Amino acid sequence: MADDTSVKPNTDDKQNDIAVIEMEHLKKSFETNQVLRDINMKVYKGENLVILGKSGTGKSVLIKCIVGLIDYDAGKLVIFGKDVAEQNQKELIEIRKRIGFLFQNSALYDSMTVRENLEFPLKRQLKKTPKDEIDKLVKEALDNVGLADTIDKMPSELSGGMRKRLGLARTLILKPEIMLYDEPTTGLDPITSREISKLIQEVQTKYDTSSIIITHDIECAKLTASRIVVLKDGICAAEGSYAELENSTDEWIKSFFFIINLDKFYERVIWKKELRIKSDWEYLLP
Amino acid sequence: MENIITNKSQNENQEAESAPDKISETVYNSIFSRFFLETASIAMFTGRFFKEAFKPPYEFNELLKQSFSIGYKSLPLVSITGFIIGLVLTIQTRPTLAKFGAESWAPGMVAVSLIREIGPVITALIFAGKVGSGIGAELASMNVTEQIDAMQVSCSNPFKYLVVTRVLAATLMLPLLVIYSDAVGLLGSFVGVNLKGSVSLHLFMTQIFHSLEFYDMYPAFLKTFFFGFSIGIVGCYKGYNSNKGTEGVGKAANSAVVFASLMVFLIDMIAVQITSLFQK
Ligand SMILES: Nc1ncnc2c1ncn2[C@@H]1O[C@H](COP(=O)(O)OP(=O)(O)O)[C@@H](O)[C@H]1O
Ligand SMILES: [Mg+2]
Repeated sequence: MADDTSVKPNTDDKQNDIAVIEMEHLKKSFETNQVLRDINMKVYKGENLVILGKSGTGKSVLIKCIVGLIDYDAGKLVIFGKDVAEQNQKELIEIRKRIGFLFQNSALYDSMTVRENLEFPLKRQLKKTPKDEIDKLVKEALDNVGLADTIDKMPSELSGGMRKRLGLARTLILKPEIMLYDEPTTGLDPITSREISKLIQEVQTKYDTSSIIITHDIECAKLTASRIVVLKDGICAAEGSYAELENSTDEWIKSFFFIINLDKFYERVIWKKELRIKSDWEYLLP
Repeated sequence: MENIITNKSQNENQEAESAPDKISETVYNSIFSRFFLETASIAMFTGRFFKEAFKPPYEFNELLKQSFSIGYKSLPLVSITGFIIGLVLTIQTRPTLAKFGAESWAPGMVAVSLIREIGPVITALIFAGKVGSGIGAELASMNVTEQIDAMQVSCSNPFKYLVVTRVLAATLMLPLLVIYSDAVGLLGSFVGVNLKGSVSLHLFMTQIFHSLEFYDMYPAFLKTFFFGFSIGIVGCYKGYNSNKGTEGVGKAANSAVVFASLMVFLIDMIAVQITSLFQK
């Protein structure tokens, strides 16, 4: 157990900030599989909180609990100062309207064109909006992510990076106050990954969103994080800024950063054969 | 907090001690409880359908789109099978009737069996194979790729958009297809009659309508709504609740067809019983 090794959170400068999401002793298990054992976490207004963790540690489960795709078993979840357990269905929908979710594989509606993908949530949330208004919003959303010329294409005609951008545009078109990103750069090449990371950063400054970014891409974490939480065995095992964690003397955290780098290394060498192995050795170094 | 955990593990221990022998438990868990659980959850799914179907806003555009694609795409298959069934039925009936010198009854007999029973059931089975599996696979793949979750998160009701429209479309389209298939079947029968001997279309029609009664058409037409509804519900249920894995898509499509076909026979049996109650 590495419980006693967790880095003390550096919350001094956050003390006065408003927490938009608070989790206290959040638990979730699937039958005998205890995924979330005791999650205590706060997301402050305007920050990018990065959650790191190995595959299968329950990162996706955690953010799905926030939007209500998965019900948590026990504990307390407070969003915008309201305890989720005490809200009725209508109030929950009102809360969820203010949260955007970017799915791991973008979850584009592949029977619809790009335009219809963007119109779909708009037409259902802003009923009675005139058509030219919707057109304008769609165009604007696509411009924001640099996809203006794909409006009449099908999602299957887009590349992985473009799909991620479209997914992001579809989420942002509803002007969410909280953004949840589930592994936004996984499966993308390094250059596109960096573009997406920058886009996430831009979104945060432009719309003043508070975000949770799940990733095991250390570069993405470096570019986007204002704070990092590391999940391990269903609890928050470490917390701090990127620099704090990277320079941590704790063996486990160090190894964690190392493993992430190793993952990246394998991903690049094995999947992206065009990359030279030689230049990739640097990724092995923490 | 620790108390809760220890309590829980104690309960588990107790349960483990008092559990009946393994095999019967496994059989129970695997067959009976799953059967009842499945039945209960389909019933709940159907209940949810009725709850959502009547609540505005309605997805008219999607309903039209689904109706078109569900109906139109089944047309070629239904035409071919309907025609062949009518033709074959006539050719097969003919020798038997000829023995009694009652060849002129052939069109009437074929018409009655086609319209009462064979047309609706065969068309429904084809429909289950084509549309039921299609819906199952489509919704399952949307489930796997988290498209359904995405709709949910953007607060657009996926049940309404995906399930209600498809079930309604299936319910409305199957009766039309059955009528069409009956007509094509009768055409096949007309061709069959004319393969040996010649019967004018006028005579053929007179023979048919002589032996058909209102009671042949009405219940047969009515039950096709139930066929269509159950095929739609089963397909949607299997797809909507599929496993989140690639194998879930195939499984959903497969079990949708099997289960929907079974439902068609079950409903048919019930429908025949009910009709026979009223016919005397
Ligand atoms: N709907 C579900 N039903 C059962 N188990 C699930 C479900 N969703 C996730 N799990 C389990 O929860 C664990 C964590 O999954 P996940 O949150 O997807 O991991 P990751 O951190 O890679 O995102 C996994 O062991 C997975 O099997
Ligand atoms: Mg995940």
